[in-house]
Amino acid sequence: MDSFVQLILTMDMSIRLSVVLLLACLAGLFSERAGIVDIGLEGKMLIAAFFAAVAAYHSGSAWVGVLAGCAASLVFSMIHGLASITYRGNQLISGVAVNFLASGMTVVLGNAWYKRGGQTPTLSGDARFHDITLPFADALAEVPLLGPFYSDLLSGHKPLVYLAFLIVPLSWWVLFRTRFGLRLRAAGENPASVDTAGISVPRIRYQALIITGILCGIAGAYLSTAQAAGFGKEMVAGRGFIALAALIFSKWRPVYAMWACLLFGLLEAISNLYPNINAFGLFTVPVQFTQALPYILTVVILAGFVGKAIPPRASGEPYVKER
Amino acid sequence: MDSMPRWADVFLVPFINLCLAFIVSGFVVLAIGENPLDMIYFMIKGSLGSTAGIGYTLYYATNYIFTGLAVAVAFHARLFNIGGEGQAIVSGIGVAVVLLAIDWPHWMLALPFAIIGGGAFGAFWAAIPAYLQAKRGSHIVITTIMFNFIGSALIIYLLNGILKKPDSQNAESSAFGPGAHLPTAHEMLAPLGIEFSKSAPLNFSFILALTCAVLVWVLIWRTRLGYQIRAFGQNESAARYAGISAVKITIYAMLISGALAGMLAINVVMGEQEHLIIGFVEGAGFVGIAVALMGRSHPFGIVLAALLFGMLTQGGFELLWEMPSISKEMVLVIQALIILFTGALNHMVHDPVERLFLRLRKARA
Repeated sequence: MDSFVQLILTMDMSIRLSVVLLLACLAGLFSERAGIVDIGLEGKMLIAAFFAAVAAYHSGSAWVGVLAGCAASLVFSMIHGLASITYRGNQLISGVAVNFLASGMTVVLGNAWYKRGGQTPTLSGDARFHDITLPFADALAEVPLLGPFYSDLLSGHKPLVYLAFLIVPLSWWVLFRTRFGLRLRAAGENPASVDTAGISVPRIRYQALIITGILCGIAGAYLSTAQAAGFGKEMVAGRGFIALAALIFSKWRPVYAMWACLLFGLLEAISNLYPNINAFGLFTVPVQFTQALPYILTVVILAGFVGKAIPPRASGEPYVKER
Repeated sequence: MDSMPRWADVFLVPFINLCLAFIVSGFVVLAIGENPLDMIYFMIKGSLGSTAGIGYTLYYATNYIFTGLAVAVAFHARLFNIGGEGQAIVSGIGVAVVLLAIDWPHWMLALPFAIIGGGAFGAFWAAIPAYLQAKRGSHIVITTIMFNFIGSALIIYLLNGILKKPDSQNAESSAFGPGAHLPTAHEMLAPLGIEFSKSAPLNFSFILALTCAVLVWVLIWRTRLGYQIRAFGQNESAARYAGISAVKITIYAMLISGALAGMLAINVVMGEQEHLIIGFVEGAGFVGIAVALMGRSHPFGIVLAALLFGMLTQGGFELLWEMPSISKEMVLVIQALIILFTGALNHMVHDPVERLFLRLRKARA
């Protein structure tokens, strides 16, 4: 296989693998920009993946699965909101609880309903998402360079992949070009100023968590109805935390978030395709190192040795109205 | 400022929270068409009904005492150490290295060195996030989460590489020598004429866990360092003004926390498995968060909460035989709800109860 085809193959896989990270990362972006730290992205995606698979199996439609996934993820997002906004609890502890709850609930319900050790029945036909072929992809396939790039890399993904990449500019526009976005960011930087302007901080934070819930819902549904054909126990496998890492990596900006997720997707693709890389014939880079690299890079960024990542100032703190 | 009596804050509110968590769990059980009271009966029978059950319950409780104390020490300095999982994993490597390095003549000699090895590795794994928090301002929650993942990548790498048993198909280390065998509850109680289950993994580490609980109490409430940790945790700027170094307290608290989480490896790796495997922590690092919350970061409360969670874990495994339609992950649901109600939703119960007490007091006056 020549190296160009190999490059296209690797990039194609990176795009597929980065979608879940990207959606989760944008979900975290809205919540943290509004001042709510959310380490429960993992759990929300897990519960969404489960209910998406269940709904898609019984309805036979993958889109019904997405709706069910979003609904389940929204419920969990509102539990997080109740704890961290209304009852001013510790947002980290609430996030830990959400993750545990999802881990437990998915297996308990899955086992009780289907008796397959936590798995849901395999999805087939329209209960799964299929690849979309972009216009002219077949015609252009034979053109050198452009052909593989367009037909293999850009074309032939699931609809949710294109949706995820469309949400990136949309998120930028909402956050930085609308009044709602300005208020949302203000609630995360200086909630007292939002309050002074006569706008309810809890209301904005709940709205942000609704967006977070929906985005995590799509991410989870993608996992179980597009990437795989059904739900498997713990299928999110730490992606919620890699998304959190990508969020820090991107310094809480939507477009940077896309690049960070593509980078982390590329690392996952490399560890899948080339487990042990031989560097210049001198030593072998173990696959575990490539897998741990997103976490290591995040720690380096957080340490401020390369650039500085500064979170929204009021994130993680419950807002208590002055009397 | 007016507040409710201390007993209500320390016992009544956590008790109500616990009841709420169990009631919601009961609804989950009802939803899957089973009787929650049956579940409770079988869980109690499975965890306390035989010496084997008690042995498993106390074995799990030992783990939770260690990780609960680890979270609590960090909590006192207002640091949220979510990295107990990773610190315990890396400690396992430390314990294994010490026990494989020498053919130990007797466990009494091996244990102190294993404690030092495991503790040092765990403390080191906590020290890096602590240093980054204290010196570079990177948030300790995120860095400790990242270190959990890096730690698990590290153990997989080592168990497929230099620590791997040469002739094994699995990722596991060679077995430790017979001199590294910790006495089990059966071996300790037999000379006293008490018949205890041979199969239960409960071992000498339980005594170590209780000792650690006492030592943490002494540390937090009876030493200068403990006073500084509490002062720093309650009011950072006042502590700084009083000449307490933020860097020093952050790093010391996390070193102690990491070493305590690492003691889990003594119980599991040295006491039960007797060789190093992947995934031996089994989420106990996270359960420590629930234990510390339930126990209000007090060693006595932590021991009680750890016993409760030990019962839940063992009882959950027992459900497999008695009520197959409820999977053992039901325990995760109960744990999650306990964390949710006692940790995140504490104000929901605390505030109305406090108002009630104040109203009663006013009526009496």
